[in-house]
Amino acid sequence: MKTALLEELQQARLAKRQVVLATNLNSGEQNLLYPFENEDNSEITEAARNALRYDKPATFESEDGPVFLNIFNPQLRLFVVGAVHIAQMLVPMAASADYDVTVIDPRRSFGSDFRFPNVTLDNRWPDEAFADLGIDRRSAIVTLTHDAKLDDPELQCALKSDAFYIGALGSGRTHAKRQQRLLGAGFSDAQFARIHGPIGLDIGAKSPAEIAISIMAEMTAVLRQKDA
Amino acid sequence: MTDALSTLPADDILSQALAWKNVGREVALATVISTWGSAPRPAGSQLAIDETGQMVGSVSGGCVEGAVIQEALEIIGSGIPKTLEFGISNDEAWEVGLACGGKINVFVEKLD
Repeated sequence: MKTALLEELQQARLAKRQVVLATNLNSGEQNLLYPFENEDNSEITEAARNALRYDKPATFESEDGPVFLNIFNPQLRLFVVGAVHIAQMLVPMAASADYDVTVIDPRRSFGSDFRFPNVTLDNRWPDEAFADLGIDRRSAIVTLTHDAKLDDPELQCALKSDAFYIGALGSGRTHAKRQQRLLGAGFSDAQFARIHGPIGLDIGAKSPAEIAISIMAEMTAVLRQKDA
Repeated sequence: MTDALSTLPADDILSQALAWKNVGREVALATVISTWGSAPRPAGSQLAIDETGQMVGSVSGGCVEGAVIQEALEIIGSGIPKTLEFGISNDEAWEVGLACGGKINVFVEKLD
């Protein structure tokens, strides 16, 4: 591997770009692919896209021999809106699963270091915070306030992003009202369908910790299963 | 560059490879490219080796690293990349390494 190529790879990783190192196993020739940054439909670009999507390196059989596609995905990130009790349970679980977690809540008595030690807290309004958080394909967004004032602006931003998972706490009834508001704001049914609500897998969760487990499970299913 | 890289994990294998290179050492990289059966580390796992035989990372959780380092030192000399195959039958498992009975292929290349 050329040192210059390795330096470029490291810079791409720092910039949180999804990058693939393609190595021809016969010749040793290498190059970097950024398959989500272009519209190329070639087979190797598609294979690189899938490798990143499923977080799994692959070998592509090209005319010039096997090409190993090693993937470099940025760290998973979770943005939790609402520094509520469920968030206190969800944050350490997500951190254990290797998510970089940010809690967003403009209400300082909720989003305090005392309640959330060792986690990034953002006390701006969600839509304001969202503008510069760089939500990408490796990001999950969970809204837990069930306060339309806080949740809705966040969900509107979320729907315009590439986040792999968007979930909103609230009963079926709350979710139906949310649907009316977001459709009223100009979102389509297909766009609204990206929101998982009521949030979490249906495992009969009651306590905040159990609800956090159901949310983690649903996020994991969406991330790892092709058809979840 | 060094400052910027500090936001990657402190134990980042590729950062260490670059750091060795930047102080003038020769470096090889080993990458698991395929596995069969119960292999201890998945495809994509990496090991960086410097010319003195120091290493960071892993390709098998300790089973074949010794053999990989030997090959890596040769490849540092020759500059020609190579794919190593470790297919271990139960009989030889204790000899060369993968006691679990798995098989792995490891691509080894020089950083130049």
